[in-house]
Amino acid sequence: MQFLNFEKHIADLEGKVKELTGLDLVGEKSENNDNEISKLKEKIGGLIKKTYEKLSPWQITLVARHPERPHFIDYLDILVSDFQILSGDRSFSEDRAVIAGIGTFHSRSVMIIGQEKGFDTDSRLKHNFGMVKPEGFRKIARLLKLADKFGLPIITFVDTAGAYPGIGAEERGQAEAIAQCIKTSLEVKVPFISVIIGEGGSGGALALATSDKVLMLQNSIYSVISPEGCASILWRDNDKAEEAAESLGLTANFLKNKGVIDTIIAEPTGGAHRDHHSTIRNVYDAILQELNELINISPDDLLLKRQEKFLRYGRI
Amino acid sequence: MSWLSKFVKPKIHALVKKIEVPNNLWVKCLGCEQMVYNKDLKETYSVCPTCGFHLRLSSTDRMDWILDEGTHREIEISDVVFDPLKFKDKKKYSDRIKEAKSKSNQNDAIFLRSGTIGGQKAVVAVMDFEFMGGSMGSAVGEGIITAAEKAIDINSALVIFTSSGGARMQEGIFSLMQLPRTIIAVNKLKDENIPYIVVLTDPTTGGVTASFAMLGDVTFAEPGALIGFAGPRVIQSTVRETLPEGFQTAEYIYEHGMVDEVVPRSKLKLKIANVIRHLSNNNVGNSARA
Ligand SMILES: [Zn+2]
Repeated sequence: MQFLNFEKHIADLEGKVKELTGLDLVGEKSENNDNEISKLKEKIGGLIKKTYEKLSPWQITLVARHPERPHFIDYLDILVSDFQILSGDRSFSEDRAVIAGIGTFHSRSVMIIGQEKGFDTDSRLKHNFGMVKPEGFRKIARLLKLADKFGLPIITFVDTAGAYPGIGAEERGQAEAIAQCIKTSLEVKVPFISVIIGEGGSGGALALATSDKVLMLQNSIYSVISPEGCASILWRDNDKAEEAAESLGLTANFLKNKGVIDTIIAEPTGGAHRDHHSTIRNVYDAILQELNELINISPDDLLLKRQEKFLRYGRI
Repeated sequence: MSWLSKFVKPKIHALVKKIEVPNNLWVKCLGCEQMVYNKDLKETYSVCPTCGFHLRLSSTDRMDWILDEGTHREIEISDVVFDPLKFKDKKKYSDRIKEAKSKSNQNDAIFLRSGTIGGQKAVVAVMDFEFMGGSMGSAVGEGIITAAEKAIDINSALVIFTSSGGARMQEGIFSLMQLPRTIIAVNKLKDENIPYIVVLTDPTTGGVTASFAMLGDVTFAEPGALIGFAGPRVIQSTVRETLPEGFQTAEYIYEHGMVDEVVPRSKLKLKIANVIRHLSNNNVGNSARA
């Protein structure tokens, strides 16, 4: 596993455990070693717990971006059955930064859409690191309308550094594509739930999160700009990302307090990347609970409430 | 205070003023690099008489120009949550706002009036790039919503002149939430068949483009204006190749189908009035649809 820079003390102990386990393997097995290993493991557990109890906003940013965190495809795999992928914007191309389709979630047909960053060099290139282009946003808008037409609840998974900043993306109307995506989100009359599972980067994230209920994993982030971007603009110093993260209020706790998100989903001790299974389980429970509430609301009320919720932000 | 300082101080003031005045008489045109007489620019609404370059027009000058004389009516924007994050970078956000307010005499980066444009009823919103880069926070969002509500209320068109560097970072997630807010305002206009015209002026980038600015019924852009979602520097550092000639200018995005027409300032008023007239005529089936 990849350790983050604030986990050095944990990494050191894990290294020792590995060393001792290695001795075991070459035949120098001894009761002393076993004792030592279990003691160390206990210590590691304590350290992880202590470290993760009070992560700073910057540390949370690093956890949110951890490459071994469960990705959208991991959730899709476990939470959705009978999946049929739906692709393309019908006018230019397919954008694999977004994966979308219809499938069964807890015995109910749903539209499921998520950003996928990829997990190795090949897949990262294929998915463009989860940075969506105009055609991806147009695919999303198309499928939101499809869901609305057939009364399918919408579940979205957000994990992106932001919309792709490229020449072609600008030429094909990146801004307009995002605007249309948000606009469509504010028109559909079906239950709409978003889960921020890692990075919620600006407009690229919002295009999938203008929904009835916005859920956030405990160590995910949601922000108008990356701490690095903010530091370079406001501090004119890239090294001030840590301070910027502090100022921006991008953590689940902060956003929940401000009423911008609805629910925080707990992560296992040490972060989602240490235990995919429990993380996905928690996400499943949280979605199910929200969905069960939303399906009882009439389509017109659903839309009205969604609009009222978003109109509120900034009002006294 | 001694009699001396009493006497000397006004003199110094007079001297300073004297130096300032000649500087204000002439402005260097960014298009042809020639010095242009400021008085001439007032008459052309900041279009260079030599080369036709469109200099930035202050929000108050723009408002004075666009609405027919004698028809101006102020529209108030309600106060919004102030400094929701208690944000601080090198400076406190609350101090930055105070500075911007006193420098510009504006409450925030947008102001509204109603009146007529070439005889056509309109609510006009003008964004102010001088006010913290025209960045969109809750106040700008509230301005767009108020403008849309007013347009519906008095049954007139809505014309928005955009000018913005993007989101008001100091308001964090609240600045991002202005995207859906302003889009709700646009949706309301559509429900009521109110014509909505956007004029993209230099520069219009970031969150404003990813919301109300790109959703006009009719969209004009001023010549040479920088218009785009991501800033050129961010794109450059991502793609690591030379940006095409004229990239993200009004003319460039026109070629790519993003706006209806690039219109010089001298013709803008007439064109806007004409569009409002066409869209608010008693067109076929309009009353049935409303
Ligand atoms: Zn000139």
